Amino acid sequence: MIKPETAEAIQKAKQEWLATHKFKETKSEFKSVSGITIERLYTPADIDVDYLEDLGFPGEYPFTRGIQPTMYRGRLWTMRQYAGFGTAEESNRRYRYLLEQGQTGLSVAFDLPTQIGLDSDDPMAEGEVGKVGVAIDSLEDMEALFDGIPLEKVSTSMTINAPAAVLLAMYVAVAEKQGTRPDQLEGTIQNDILKEYAARGTYIFPPEPSMRLITDTFEFCSKYMPRWNSISVSGYHIREAGATAVQELAFTLADGIAYVRAAVERGLDVDQFAPRISFFFNAHSNFFEEIAKFRAARRLWARIMKERFHARNPRSWMLRFHTQTAGCTLTAQQPDNNIVRVALQALSAVLGGTQSLHTNSRDEALALPSEDSVRIALRTQQIIAYESGVADTIDPLAGSYFVEWLTGEIEKKAEEYIEKIEAMGGAPKAIANGYIQKEIQESAYRYQKEVESGERIVVGVNMFQTEDSGHRELLKVDPAVAEKQVLKLNALKSRRDNVLVKERLEMLRKAAAGSDNLVPVILDAVKAYCTLGEICGALRDVFGEYKARDYNG
Amino acid sequence: MASRPIRVLVAKPGLDGHDRGAKVVARALRDAGMEVIYSGLRQTPEQIVKTAIEEDVDVIGLSCLSGAHLTLFRKVIELLHQNNIKDILIVGGGIIPEEDVEALKEMGVKGIFGPGTPTSEIVDFIQREVGLIG
Repeated sequence: MIKPETAEAIQKAKQEWLATHKFKETKSEFKSVSGITIERLYTPADIDVDYLEDLGFPGEYPFTRGIQPTMYRGRLWTMRQYAGFGTAEESNRRYRYLLEQGQTGLSVAFDLPTQIGLDSDDPMAEGEVGKVGVAIDSLEDMEALFDGIPLEKVSTSMTINAPAAVLLAMYVAVAEKQGTRPDQLEGTIQNDILKEYAARGTYIFPPEPSMRLITDTFEFCSKYMPRWNSISVSGYHIREAGATAVQELAFTLADGIAYVRAAVERGLDVDQFAPRISFFFNAHSNFFEEIAKFRAARRLWARIMKERFHARNPRSWMLRFHTQTAGCTLTAQQPDNNIVRVALQALSAVLGGTQSLHTNSRDEALALPSEDSVRIALRTQQIIAYESGVADTIDPLAGSYFVEWLTGEIEKKAEEYIEKIEAMGGAPKAIANGYIQKEIQESAYRYQKEVESGERIVVGVNMFQTEDSGHRELLKVDPAVAEKQVLKLNALKSRRDNVLVKERLEMLRKAAAGSDNLVPVILDAVKAYCTLGEICGALRDVFGEYKARDYNG
Repeated sequence: MASRPIRVLVAKPGLDGHDRGAKVVARALRDAGMEVIYSGLRQTPEQIVKTAIEEDVDVIGLSCLSGAHLTLFRKVIELLHQNNIKDILIVGGGIIPEEDVEALKEMGVKGIFGPGTPTSEIVDFIQREVGLIG
């Protein structure tokens, strides 16, 4: 913070400078992807920062500069490539390959039937089995998925939401068979249903029982899995659906507030569960805007937890997050250019202090990534980590007039959104009335129009086009996956103790109709080799299904 | 050219939840003067064909980013044939590898629009093709 008279003098000098140098610029206005107007130059007079209050030190409130006192000097971020396709056996091979290549954590992609709680033989699953991720029907598949991978040593993130409790139970059961206790397990379940309704689409149950399942997992994890992230509140998909950086931040934190509130209302102590809440953000193309977003996110969440929820444990204030580079910025045209986009986006995530990172592969606008493409994406992270030197000091962009100004601006704009959503009754209400969906759709359409008018340049798409040539080696998912899964499923059903299965499913129905924590009951069902489809089916019987409304009006 | 506005069903077959593209296209077609029905997520081919018949559409736009396009688009087309419908223009978009484009065209998907396609190109294509059918 500078003295008001100094600020005034600088402002005055800046006005004079602008008046003296009236050179033409290429545009009348420069705007970030989020529509924030960017000035020609920033000076100390633009930033209103109290160093100790607003920035402070890494590892200390409000964590603007980072959540650990040593950051990457102590330990690099976790390099975690999201992967999974075909059968559990095939995905297991890809995981082992990635671990051999120096990846430090696993991230499981499930196919859509699994994400929606359907077995591979469900008629709705036709054509989708093993396509966008691995097909998991029962504990048997999960055993194959982690075969030979010691779960007490790796951390595993699972992108699973509506049936998150079921997949968590399967993971715990596999670990138990390996001789590993739940309290030794490290990893994350995404478990974020609100953004499924708003942006991602893999919901099963209506909001109320969905929120209950989430609170149940919070409670279970806080008791038995102290090193497990019980949720990853995700802005990633909100951004992919078209939101701006400000909207991504605001809607994500508003969702976070809703989960904390639900758990507090259940009677849980905020400092028991809040330290295990993690976040997931998108690293989009506007370099400084993304860095500012990550910094603003930490400061905003710390203040929300301390001031709104009166959390006292510093770990409850910390916003820990995973980042993935923006899939929606990948182009099908000249796909090798995507390597450069990804490198810049990844760099912004690192300069923004991410805890783990997925870098997209160049060919993902065309298909699932090939092994070669995935390796380049991982190498991109390794080059940033080991060659660029950016990890040697913490938050190196702090104090930049522009970055500090932008951090404050994004924080302020996100806060306004959050207050608006809170005034509506919180994120679940704002989603139920379609507000958040409409805001996202507006931004998506605006972005598209800007690209089509040429106002926004996408290299290789609306400028610098070339005739596309050359054949690419794309990954092809074995078309026999579905068949294999169904055979495996049938064999399991004839082999297992079907009396026990019936009994466990009946117990689950009863528990779902009551108010006990469902995770232990689900764990019992999983261990009896009830399938994912059967377990979610039993819950559907009691909870019903969510039906989305169209807000594209 | 038809005297009434062109009617389009933009549909999401299968379990894929990526609807940014479908919604942007739906809106662009609307802005171009077409009447657009958006199916919402998780539609079976049966539901899509039923809606297309009930709404008497000229065009069905199928969007799929999950890799299930070959199976699902084929099923929609087969059902249309079973219902003896030959005058609906079928177009599609999503994450569709080059090598599948030929197979889709052969089964009767007239236009495939991948990532990066300007919506104006889709509008022009539909206006031209529906003009030919009508």
